[in-house]
Amino acid sequence: MGLPFFITVEKRTDEIPGWLPAATSIGSVVAALIVSGVVLALIGANPFVVYQFFYKATFGSWPAFSDTIVKATPLIMVGLACAVAFKMKLWNIGAEGQFYLGAFFASLVVLVPILPPESPKWLVLTAMVVMGMIGGAIWGFIPGYLKAKFDVNEIISTLMLNYVAILWNNYWIFDRWSDAGFQMTPTFDKTAWLPRLSDYARQYKAFSGITLHLGVIFGLVAAIVVWWVLSRSRWGYEIRLIGDNPNAARYAGLNIARNIVLVMMFSGALAGLAGMAEVSGVVHRLQERISPGYGFTGIIVAWLAKLNPFAVILVSILFGALIVAGREVQPSGISQMIQGFVLFAVISSDVLLRYSIRLVRAAPVEEAQ
Amino acid sequence: MNLEIILHAGLATGTILLFAGIGEILCERAGILNLGVEGMMLLGAMAGFGTALSTGNPWLGLLVAMLAGGALSLAHGLVTIHFQADQVVSGLSLTFLGTGLALVLGNGLTGQTANLIPDMDIPGLAAIPFFGPAFFADHSPLVYVGYIFTPLVWYYIHKTRPGLHLRAVGEKPAAADTMGIDVYRLRYLYVFAGGCLAGLAGATISLSVSPGWYSTQTTSGQGWIAIGLVIFAQWNPWRAALGAYLFGALRRAILDLQGVPLLLGFTNPLFINSNFGFFLQMVPYLLTIIALMIGSRAAARKRLGAPAALGEPYVRGERGL
Repeated sequence: MGLPFFITVEKRTDEIPGWLPAATSIGSVVAALIVSGVVLALIGANPFVVYQFFYKATFGSWPAFSDTIVKATPLIMVGLACAVAFKMKLWNIGAEGQFYLGAFFASLVVLVPILPPESPKWLVLTAMVVMGMIGGAIWGFIPGYLKAKFDVNEIISTLMLNYVAILWNNYWIFDRWSDAGFQMTPTFDKTAWLPRLSDYARQYKAFSGITLHLGVIFGLVAAIVVWWVLSRSRWGYEIRLIGDNPNAARYAGLNIARNIVLVMMFSGALAGLAGMAEVSGVVHRLQERISPGYGFTGIIVAWLAKLNPFAVILVSILFGALIVAGREVQPSGISQMIQGFVLFAVISSDVLLRYSIRLVRAAPVEEAQ
Repeated sequence: MNLEIILHAGLATGTILLFAGIGEILCERAGILNLGVEGMMLLGAMAGFGTALSTGNPWLGLLVAMLAGGALSLAHGLVTIHFQADQVVSGLSLTFLGTGLALVLGNGLTGQTANLIPDMDIPGLAAIPFFGPAFFADHSPLVYVGYIFTPLVWYYIHKTRPGLHLRAVGEKPAAADTMGIDVYRLRYLYVFAGGCLAGLAGATISLSVSPGWYSTQTTSGQGWIAIGLVIFAQWNPWRAALGAYLFGALRRAILDLQGVPLLLGFTNPLFINSNFGFFLQMVPYLLTIIALMIGSRAAARKRLGAPAALGEPYVRGERGL
């Protein structure tokens, strides 16, 4: 062999260096951007111009950055929803449907109306938060129960329920609650709006046009709660044990069926909260396509964050930026394509965590031959 | 509500699920779960339609669609077979990637019309009363291919030596390896075959059954239904075919329900308020869940079901990568 070195691949037996998971995630994003750039160049676009435009539209100014955070807000909660379920190796692909049901249930407070219109703002918003989480939890309960009781594959059932949830919402906004025949409900009363920074523009000039709303605080609190549950509570220990080694968990006497249902409900509630925040903080009404696929992006977010609740926040900001940028650029699939490449790069790079790949200098004897 | 029309439409749309479902059966029989069917179908639908549009040859479109689906599936193959990544996550990313690529590359195809695969009759058989017009007349040739395909695949899996190897690789790869079967090569082969068939299923939509490119609406979740179908079919091509055609017929029956003013002597609520149609559109998705409930229970009872090594990466001895 002419090469002065060769490559060895062996299973890692030592601890993974602390910096490596983060490095592979960042490397994956960079690699995905390069590959996507090649595809963009192939269809005749200049990737540098596209990416520069992406940057300007997302981080270029305060209002743009606020837009990015607004898009990241539902992603944080949905990403956490996925992370919780994935921790137990429960493949909840239904965050999208749970998001829609959360939005629907939260809207019930205003549209039924459950509370009289003159109720104080804090009461209306609290009721909406609770209802949103209940809605999502119900939509998580169904596939959880079906899996626990009938061994129905949750990937398929949660996915099918996504379509059902969207059709369900469509019936109500096209028919019962349609605003003068439009495919949306009337705008909610101001008491049902989450406060946003632009509301305070009169006191603080800098806040005008900043649409950042209280939902982002929900996301941050949810991240802390999920972190605490997963790594500090007894329940979290059960979740991790079932996820890592279901047989050991069974022998330890853990009730797996009950945990499947509970985790699906917890996961659904988080996604439902995201739906509530979106109707109450952004669109202020129930309408078609309130989610440009947040539920699905949440899957990537959770995975890219390696199921770490705080990393979910950072990754959500990145993907929030992708959504904002993708909205303003044609063709429309670009951000979805980049997401696909990112996810692929991430799972491929996992191999670096499990194997150590080294260049080894060839022995001089071999070189002489 | 005409039974003959419903059956005819059911066979046509069922063919889509049939190709995708049988492709997934082959892949899963080799021990690889590929959840990327929806993405591969979309890419196939786009590539097939795009090719037919630019070359004027729909048959070439079919070929390109199959290659596109197959090429995409190899990404899943590489990541799951060699890198031993989680098959669920990899399959999901394949869906994202396929969908994104199809949307980006298919930009501008919407609203175009291309040469389509012409419908044809089977001479002789088409003259049989009722069955002739429903089964053998006015169908895309792909539907007839589907009729022959099911028994062929069943025979291949259960009665031939390569089929035995396929099952061995999915049930007990280590044993297959000691017998001298190249586990990795076969797994790649069947992942690729599954991808080709998913691509074909996509092109069956865009070039024949409901022609055109309507971005993600083109497949509208049929790839996922196909995966559910495989579980319902317990990895058996015959049951997959039955399920696919039944599903297709039900979809059509549901659509037709909306056009009837009277239903069993009562006023049809769907005829008066078309918004009730949203509930009808839920039916295929709910049926998939119900089919899964039935399929999973039967599988558990009869100890039938998933290939034993499904979802498990195979690492040969000390070979590492």
